[in-house]
Amino acid sequence: MMLLHFLFPAMGLLLAALLPWRAARTRLPLLVSLADLAVLLSQWGHPGPFLGAWLSLDALATWILLVIDVLMVLCAWYVPAYLALRKDRNDRILLMCLCAFCGLSAGVVTAQHLGLLWVMMETTTLATAPMVFFNRTPRSIEAAWKYLLIGSVGVALALMGTVSLSFAAHQAGMKEPLFIHGLISASDSLSAPWVRVGFVLLLVGYGTKMGLAPLHSWKPDAYGEAPGLVGAVLAGGVTSCAIACLLRAGSIVFPGSQGPFARELLIGFGVLSLVWAMVFLVRQADLKRLLAYSSVEHMGIIALGIGVGGAAARFALYHLAANALVKCALFLSVGNIHRAYLTKLLPEVTGAVRRLPVSGWSFLIAFLAITALPPFAPFYSEFGLILTLLGGGRWILGSIFLVTLAVIFLGMSASVLRAVQGPSNAEPKEAPFRDRFGTTAPILTALALALLLGLWLPEPLASVLSQASQAVGGLP
Amino acid sequence: MTVSLLLAVLMISNFFVAASNDLRKYIQFSALQGWLLAALLLAVHHHLHWYVLAMVAITALVKGWVIPRLLRRALDGQSVTRERSPYLGPTASVLVCAVGTGFSLLVSGMMPLPNSHAASLIVATALATVFNGFLLLVSRRKALTQVIGYLGLENGIFIFGMLVVEDAPLLVESAMLLDLVVGIFVMGIVINHIQNAFSSTDTSRLSNLKE
Repeated sequence: MMLLHFLFPAMGLLLAALLPWRAARTRLPLLVSLADLAVLLSQWGHPGPFLGAWLSLDALATWILLVIDVLMVLCAWYVPAYLALRKDRNDRILLMCLCAFCGLSAGVVTAQHLGLLWVMMETTTLATAPMVFFNRTPRSIEAAWKYLLIGSVGVALALMGTVSLSFAAHQAGMKEPLFIHGLISASDSLSAPWVRVGFVLLLVGYGTKMGLAPLHSWKPDAYGEAPGLVGAVLAGGVTSCAIACLLRAGSIVFPGSQGPFARELLIGFGVLSLVWAMVFLVRQADLKRLLAYSSVEHMGIIALGIGVGGAAARFALYHLAANALVKCALFLSVGNIHRAYLTKLLPEVTGAVRRLPVSGWSFLIAFLAITALPPFAPFYSEFGLILTLLGGGRWILGSIFLVTLAVIFLGMSASVLRAVQGPSNAEPKEAPFRDRFGTTAPILTALALALLLGLWLPEPLASVLSQASQAVGGLP
Repeated sequence: MTVSLLLAVLMISNFFVAASNDLRKYIQFSALQGWLLAALLLAVHHHLHWYVLAMVAITALVKGWVIPRLLRRALDGQSVTRERSPYLGPTASVLVCAVGTGFSLLVSGMMPLPNSHAASLIVATALATVFNGFLLLVSRRKALTQVIGYLGLENGIFIFGMLVVEDAPLLVESAMLLDLVVGIFVMGIVINHIQNAFSSTDTSRLSNLKE
């Protein structure tokens, strides 16, 4: 059954390449992502393993895959209306990449073998790079080049980390040294220096894909030049895949002797990302780059939570879902604003709530949600993280976290409010774009889900989240 | 013995790459390293199982033939095939490469390795090759040279993988090589677009996007 999760995207990919009818083609990603979501729900509570011991839908995989599948349904729902506006562009590559990502993301999160995990993550980079230069402008080509090169180099370092861990297992006399469950059970007997080197390389490698500071240099460029839709897939989907890789590495290293070292490293990267994002968010004039730095911030929050562990790990996993949903709403609404104003730079974009009532308001509300306005989901996780930090006596970390969140809120609000308030200066004649059902319904749904998740976590989800948190050394 | 010899040749080939500014030479050396890696894979195995031979054949095919072909095709569309003003010239690059190689030998001596000469030489060569890949990535301007640098990085990791060569499943290794081919292919396409959009593949012109 689980294999259908790969079969549907493969079929979608093939059809996207072959189908001659554009209208039918643009609906393929939606069909694929809905089918994938259905497969996931039908497999709920049946962890496998599948394909020997290579894949398993354990709690961690279920949680992250659910987030990615829901995100892909929302993004794919936006696709037909978006591509109807971009008839000048070749749509096949974008559609093929979206379908491929649906399958590859499932491969990343369910992989139980570090080698397979690496292959899937690298392929995800390759499958998403062509989407970045959908517009074929010099700027987007530059962004795609940086994304591709920095991403590939980063993931290559993760491969080196994989080989290091494998060598540690080899020295400990393990027969099949790259299966994750085997490495976890042998965690204590692994050679400490090799595990240390391995984890550093894995963190640097997959951290580059996550966009943790200072490894994030591709992120503002790629998110800034890609269409809003692609930004949503990158910021919610690809980053979640990278987090899944890092969590797998963490689940191996945390129980062993190098656990405290690994945790400190994660906390360090997390704090650095928060501070770095804070510096560049203030006075940011490009709306999409603004969101990119916000993504750096939230990756930092998640890394921090995983590093601290305990109850914080659960909040970090919860935040992964909250971040994906709200980022989806943010990128899609900024995409709409970009379409209407034909620019995403601040002095030119004003009065978005007048020009585009639904997208403008959604952008404003999503901004408030991502900066932790109750009762949206990010509030619940960020508040929980702060309480855990302060309650655990980590006063310094807790205060850095609070201060950066406050400054980021102020910095972002200056830019966002300037964009949405005031008189609208975009003449509808130049760009006849208006809010339609197809371009706004996915945004509203994403916001509604983020609100719902903040208010109520259904019992099956809560139990999966608890198990996932335990798997990465956290409290249930 | 053969293993040590091959590793030494690989280490020396790094210096030739660092000393050159000619894109065609880079591709030739990259192909040469591909063949050397295939030979190394053959040499480290004590028992020649069928899948060892398959892996050797795939490595030689991919690293020695397919990727150099893709790179040559990407180069054909370009008017300039030399690094005209690298950030770091050949002499300085060779010096940095020497320092990096020495450092790699030092580091490999510090890591706990099985008591064999080959293992520590494998780690040293791997690190030196990775280092040289990074050197090319940061010291040259052409997009294609950066791909060669990335390839060097991958080659270094491949050498590193010789330590655990008995444990790596054939399927995963072939998938990694396939990824590499697809990666180089996509990079070739983007280089083509860079050439068309900027009338050059000098990456220092890719500077529109900054804070």
